[in-house]
Amino acid sequence: MTSNLVTKPKHTDPTPPEADAVSETPPRDAVRPPRKPHLEASRRGGRKVEKAKVSVRGLNFFYGEKQALMDNTLDIAEGKVTAFIGPSGCGKSTHIRTYNRMYDLYKGQRAEGEILMDGVNILSPEISSLELRHRIGMIFQKPTPFPMSVFDNVAYGLRLRGNMPKSELEGRVEQALKDAALWDQVQDDLHKPGTDLSGGQQQRLCIARAIAVEPEVILMDEPCSALDPIATGKIEELIEEFRGRYTVVIVTHNMQQAARVSDYTAFFYIGKLVEFGDTDTIFTNPRKQQTEDYITGRFG
Amino acid sequence: MSRTATSESQIPEATAPRRAFGDVAFKAITTGFAVGILLLLGAMFFVLWRESALAIEAFGPGFLTSAKWNPVTEKFGALVAITGTLVSTVIALLVAVPVSIGIALFLAELAPEKIRTPFGVAIELLAAIPSIVYGMWGLFVLAPLMSAYLQPALGGLFGWTPFFSGPQMGIGMLTAGLVLALMIIPFIASVTRDVFRMVPAQLKESAYGMGATTWEVVKDIMIPYGRKGIYGAVFLGLGRALGETMAVTFVIGNAHRLNWSLFAPGNSIASTLANEFTEADGDLYLSSLVALGLVLFLITFLILGFAQLYLKRMSAPGSKG
Amino acid sequence: MAVHIDTRRRVLINKLVMGVSTGAALAGLTMLVWILGDVALKGLSAINWDFFTKLPAPPGEEGGGLANAIVGTLILTVAAALIAVPFGVLAGTYLAEFGKTEKLGAAVRYVSDILVSAPSIVIGVFAYLVIVIPMGNFSGWAGAVALAIIMIPVVTRTTEEMLRLVPIEMREATLALGAPYWKMMLGVIYRAAATGMTTGILLAVARVSGETAPLLFTSLNSPYWLESLNEPIANLTVTLFNYAMSPYEDWQTMAWGAAFLITSSVLALTVFSRIILMKRMR
Repeated sequence: MTSNLVTKPKHTDPTPPEADAVSETPPRDAVRPPRKPHLEASRRGGRKVEKAKVSVRGLNFFYGEKQALMDNTLDIAEGKVTAFIGPSGCGKSTHIRTYNRMYDLYKGQRAEGEILMDGVNILSPEISSLELRHRIGMIFQKPTPFPMSVFDNVAYGLRLRGNMPKSELEGRVEQALKDAALWDQVQDDLHKPGTDLSGGQQQRLCIARAIAVEPEVILMDEPCSALDPIATGKIEELIEEFRGRYTVVIVTHNMQQAARVSDYTAFFYIGKLVEFGDTDTIFTNPRKQQTEDYITGRFG
Repeated sequence: MSRTATSESQIPEATAPRRAFGDVAFKAITTGFAVGILLLLGAMFFVLWRESALAIEAFGPGFLTSAKWNPVTEKFGALVAITGTLVSTVIALLVAVPVSIGIALFLAELAPEKIRTPFGVAIELLAAIPSIVYGMWGLFVLAPLMSAYLQPALGGLFGWTPFFSGPQMGIGMLTAGLVLALMIIPFIASVTRDVFRMVPAQLKESAYGMGATTWEVVKDIMIPYGRKGIYGAVFLGLGRALGETMAVTFVIGNAHRLNWSLFAPGNSIASTLANEFTEADGDLYLSSLVALGLVLFLITFLILGFAQLYLKRMSAPGSKG
Repeated sequence: MAVHIDTRRRVLINKLVMGVSTGAALAGLTMLVWILGDVALKGLSAINWDFFTKLPAPPGEEGGGLANAIVGTLILTVAAALIAVPFGVLAGTYLAEFGKTEKLGAAVRYVSDILVSAPSIVIGVFAYLVIVIPMGNFSGWAGAVALAIIMIPVVTRTTEEMLRLVPIEMREATLALGAPYWKMMLGVIYRAAATGMTTGILLAVARVSGETAPLLFTSLNSPYWLESLNEPIANLTVTLFNYAMSPYEDWQTMAWGAAFLITSSVLALTVFSRIILMKRMR
């Protein structure tokens, strides 16, 4: 969890930057895979995000008396991957935990402002957090397999939503495991405990569990921080696959990862959204000095 | 942990004989007392076994299955006492386990932060109250209430079964079981609360993130995750209940009769010992009582052994649900 | 909101369970207040100056006190502690310092944890067989030994835990000065762990001072002042038992007084040592 922060704002520009022209300079990060053509095309339009799935407006967040997010405003593009970067404690985890109202679990934590999902303010008390969470999947830093079999893990969310014919349940579990690139490894061990899998497999199990309910948005809170490079690569491949199908928001410490997987990047610093734009621009031609300092490794 | 843990390897190699002697002696003495604990246990088993030899010889395995307990004719059997111990313990567990899990759930998940600690301490204080006080309270306060309210109510509802028929005297098997339940609830509740607290926050959040309610998180995640710890807690409570003496002796009624009715007075191993040990005049009588003690010791030893195994596995790092 | 899931039923079940759970906790608290309230109400009325200074009066006679039983319980507890503390501290030292990985250590730890919860009445039977029978009479010593057997595993395990809390740097620093291991333990480590160990001992004392079962047929009871630990000795818990089970109302009142005295001392001792322990663990 993000630590509490009370710091005077050093720099006031809460609104996201206006649409920047797509930079023609090649990505300077060598690890970055070539962009898929249709994505490049979609970006050339000049609008910052073509269709907002989630619109955050003036979001403030408090841990008791301490303010952890200050006036965050941005749009999360539908079907795209948005990365949140920034040093530890900058509020990026706190920010995504508002999207599924995870903070509801803790007394003294509260959010102000608006988070519009398909135009409806999900912070409104009239919205049931249970139903909200059915629409938003979340992946955590450490794999969190439930203490039950592989099958039951993936079926968990489906069963919560009510009874479903056995054949349909099995079909959807299988599909989710296939989509998470785990089916081949576990198809004979569906009834073994999920905790018996390796770390990378456990994380893909959690992804399968999240996508089994066909969520609209998937939140990933540093999903690879506990994984080795090979397992990390597999998760990143999955994120590539999800583009277009799900709206993905990923928090990461790893700037190369943000550059590799995301379409848009938001840079947070002590609770403020410093800069937000398409990933190429942020990494090659940031507008703010702070952003440049961070991505070039001068601090953080 | 690793920085405060010690191991033998930290003893420096002996450099001078005199220094080595001091360290060798120190280790030998402490080891001796540690072994002393094992010897103590061995001695208890040995002495109890030796002194019950007379009864075992006289009655054989039939000692366990005979319901006779007659000091005049010197015919002794453990069945009534064993049954009483088991029945009162089962009643206690049936009441205590769900209540304890409810309390643990409240303390670990539901209670506002501010009242968690005082509430938790209060529950633990219940465990510190000497058992004789429970027994006395059970006799003077609970038993009259039992005969005035609970027993007539149960008799009215279930009087057609043999379990809730017969005179409603207040004392008896049911009251003993309830007092026992009161005694073991604090133990089970506080261990279960600790088990719940060991469930990683991210694991719970994952389940909440799927849209689960608090109860669903508890039922599907926390209880399965802490299953071994909860078994350990229940076995611990079971071990305590089986061997509990004073709380039971006051209210069980001390009658050497088998009876289907839970309202009827009975006897447990511990209460038989408490009531009759100083009165045992014959060798065979005394030996039979010691044999009862041996039976109790064996049962609780096994149960507590299981409890410790479960609790250890729970606290071992990297344990899997 | 495209998805319509019937969450109402689930939310209802959740609320129900949460209510039941809160109810269980409140019931637990109610029982505590109820029991303590009864003990305090009925006990306080029996407590006066005579209660602490006079010998028991025969049934039917006015007045009298439990002075001999109060003194007896104190003496029994101190005698038990004198036996159990050295035993437990040394055994605990073995567990913390030498027996961390050895099989013997694991076995001792396991047996201690079992003995902590072993039925105290069986320990009374054991003490009767090995002390009362050979000596030929009930005695204070037999009671003290029975209580000591209950204390030993508690002291052993808390000693072990408290010694483990002493940072390894302190050991290394002492050994680096050239101190032999045993001098390091006596001069530095025990001192560093003293507060924790003392509270552990106090908790063990609190535990045994309310014990009745192991005393029933070891130290028995007595209506007189004690003269020697080789004789039966008056103590509060057995007196409470006898008085509570008696048909005399005076005696039953006395029993409530004894219950109040025992409960309040045990709880005070427990709370006191827990507060110290909590400060130390921080």
